[in-house]
Amino acid sequence: MYASLYRALYRIRRLEEETARIYPTDRIKSPVHLSIGQEAVAVGVCATLQPQDVVFGTYRGHALYLAKGGSMKAMVAEMFGKVTGCARGKGGSMHLIAPEVGVMGTSAVVGTTIPNAVGYAYALRYRESDSLVVSFFGDGATEEGVFAESLNFAALKQLPILFVCENNQYAIHTHQARRQATTDICARVTAHGIPAERITNNDVLRLFERSQAITREIRAGHGPRFLEVMTYRWFEHVGPNKDFQLGYRSLEEAQPWIESDQVVRLANLVDRPVREQIEREVTEEVLDAFRFAEASPFPNATELDADVFKEEAACSLI
Amino acid sequence: MLTHLTPGIQQETPRTETLTRELSYVEALREATDQAMEADPSVILFGLDVDDPKAIQGTTRGLAEKYGPARVFGTPLSEDAMTGTAIGMALAGLRPIHVHIRMDFLMLAMNQLVNVAAKSRYMYGGKVALPLVIRSMIGKSWGQGAQHSQGLYSFFMHVPGLKVVAPTTPFDAKGCLLAAIHDDNPVMFVEHRILHFHKGPVPTESYTVQPGRSRITATGEDVTLVGISAMQPECLAARHYLAAIGIHAEVIDPIWLSPLDIEPIVESAEKTGRLVVVDNGWSNCGAGAEILAQVAERLMGIRDLRVRRMGFAPVTCPTTPVLEELFYPNARTIAGAARDLVEGQPTGWIPEENPALRGIAFKGPF
Ligand SMILES: Cc1ncc(C[n+]2csc(CCOP(=O)(O)OP(=O)(O)O)c2C)c(N)n1
Ligand SMILES: [Mg+2]
Repeated sequence: MYASLYRALYRIRRLEEETARIYPTDRIKSPVHLSIGQEAVAVGVCATLQPQDVVFGTYRGHALYLAKGGSMKAMVAEMFGKVTGCARGKGGSMHLIAPEVGVMGTSAVVGTTIPNAVGYAYALRYRESDSLVVSFFGDGATEEGVFAESLNFAALKQLPILFVCENNQYAIHTHQARRQATTDICARVTAHGIPAERITNNDVLRLFERSQAITREIRAGHGPRFLEVMTYRWFEHVGPNKDFQLGYRSLEEAQPWIESDQVVRLANLVDRPVREQIEREVTEEVLDAFRFAEASPFPNATELDADVFKEEAACSLI
Repeated sequence: MLTHLTPGIQQETPRTETLTRELSYVEALREATDQAMEADPSVILFGLDVDDPKAIQGTTRGLAEKYGPARVFGTPLSEDAMTGTAIGMALAGLRPIHVHIRMDFLMLAMNQLVNVAAKSRYMYGGKVALPLVIRSMIGKSWGQGAQHSQGLYSFFMHVPGLKVVAPTTPFDAKGCLLAAIHDDNPVMFVEHRILHFHKGPVPTESYTVQPGRSRITATGEDVTLVGISAMQPECLAARHYLAAIGIHAEVIDPIWLSPLDIEPIVESAEKTGRLVVVDNGWSNCGAGAEILAQVAERLMGIRDLRVRRMGFAPVTCPTTPVLEELFYPNARTIAGAARDLVEGQPTGWIPEENPALRGIAFKGPF
C-alpha cells in the first residue's frame, strides 16, 4: 500500500514540478494552479475509491484528476492547448475532466461544483447504485451560500456523498481567519446534521484510513459525511513560482508543512529498490506526457464551432 | 442619516488635448477612487482581495492603508450576500463600491442586482435610492477560458434601473468612475483586463464623464465603427488598416451603454450609410444588437443602411490560443468587415498584419 500511495503522490509532484519548470517557456498559455504540498488530500481519498465512484473538483485540479486515474498525457496536452487534451484544448488546466475514470468536472468559479456533486449523488441513489460521489473544494468555497445550501439538501436526502474541504488556509492571499468569523468549518457542517471530522496535518495515511472507514459507511447508506483536511500550498495561488516575498504569509509558517512533506514521508516507507523503480517509471511517464503534448497538433479551425450542443439525443422519449 | 456626496467632484469634463500627464487605466481608477473617498466619507470600497498584495491589478493599491479597514476591506467569498449587503449599506446612505476581479462572478449576485438593486427605487415609489457601484473586469488572453472571459454587460442593459458603463481610456475610466460614484443609482462599471494596460492623458483634478455620454474618437465619411470596451482600440487600429486602402472610417466609443447616447451614432450612420458595431461579448441579444436596432428605428425611410454586428464567436471561449484567436474580432477582421460594407459585397479581404497595430496581449500566470 505504501508503494502505491507513494507512486500516486510522486506522480503528481513530478508532473507539477515539470509544469512549473517549463512554464516560463510559454508552452502553457493559460493559468495553472499548482497543488504542490497538497497532493496528499486527493491521493489519500482517491486511494479508497472504486473506479466507478465519481469526483468533482476545482481549478486546482491536477492532483485530483491524476489521483482518480485521469490520463497524464491528456492532461498535459490540455494544458498545451492541444486537440489530444482531455477537453480537446478548449478547457485548459482549470477545466480537467475524465468521465471514463469518474472525474466529472472542475470549475473555475469557486463553489460551483459542490451542488453538481450533490445532484450526481442523488442520481446514484435514485438508480440504486452502490457508488458514491466525492466533492473536493477549498476553504474559501465554504463561504459561498451554495455550500450551506448543498449541505442541507445532501443531508435532507441522505445522499451518498463525501465532502472534502482542502483547507490550505488561504483564498488567494487572504487567510481564513480574515474571512471567516469562526474557522471551525466542521462545526458549521455538523449543524446541518452531517458528521464531520478534521485531519489536522495533511497526513496521507491517516486520511486514507479515515476515508476508507467513512466511504464504507456512506456506501452502507448512512448519508453524507464531511472531511476537512488541513494542508498547505507551497507555490503561489496561480502560476509557477513561490510567493513568500509578497508578505501575506511567511516562510516560517510554511516550514512545518514542508518538513512534514508527505511525498518524502512515504518515500521513506518504501523499500529503496521499489522506490527507485517507481521514481524511474514516473519520471519517464512525465517526460513522455510532455513529449506527447509537444508533438500533438493544435485543434484545427473547425473545432471552434464543435460541441456547443450535443447533436443526437441520448434519450428515447419521442 | 449619513450625508450624501459630494463637494469635491467637478461636473465639467476638461478637454483632453491640453493634458500632459499620462496615467495607466489602472492608475486612473485608483486616483478616482482615492479622490472620491477623500471628498466623501460615505464612499466605501470592498470586494474579494481589494486589500491584498495585488490590490485588484493595482486599482485599489494603498487605499486600505490610507482609509483604514472600516472603509476598505476584503470580503469572504460570498458574492450574493455581499451584493445584498452593499444594497443595505446604500439604503443607509453609504456609497459602496463593490469590486469583482471577473465579470463572470457577477452571475452569483444576479438576484440582488436584478431583483433588488435595479428595482428598489421604482417598486418603492421613489422612497429609496441606491448609490452603488459594481466594478467588474472582463478577462481576455492567456487562456482565461470559459469562466474568466465573459462580457456580460448586455444582461444588465436589459434591466431598467441599472446604469452600465464600459470606459475604454484612462481619461474616461477616471471620469466615469467618479460619475458612477456620484450617481444616486446602481451603476455596473465594466472594465477590461486588456484596457488596464492602456495609458493616456488624465487630469489631476476630479471630473465626471456623465451617464449617457459617448465620444467620437476618430472622424471619417465612409463607414462608422462602434467599438465597445476592448473592441474600441481594435476599431481604432482597424481604421488605420482601412485608411491604407483609401477608406475613411469614423469611430465611436459609446462609453455609457445604459443610458445609451444613440444620437452621435445615428448621425454618423446617416452620414456614412454603413455601420459596424463591434461588441465585446456575443452578438446575439448583445449591446451591438441594441445599438443597431435603435439606429434602424431612427433611420428607417431616411437613409439606406448597410449594417454588420461583430462579437465573440457564438461558442464558449476556448483556452487554446489557436481557437482563442478565432473567437475574438480583431482590427483586421473588423477592417475586412468594414470594407465589405463599403463595397456592398463580400470581398474576402483581410489586411496583412501590421505588428504596430496589434493589440496588447498579456502573459500570465493570470
Ligand atoms: C465565485 C468566485 N469568486 C471569486 C473567485 C476568484 N477566486 C479564484 S480562486 C479564489 C480562492 C479560493 O480559495 P479556496 O476555495 O480556499 O481554494 P484554493 O485556491 O485555496 O485551493 C478566488 C477568490 C472565483 N474564481 N469564483
Ligand atoms: Mg484555500
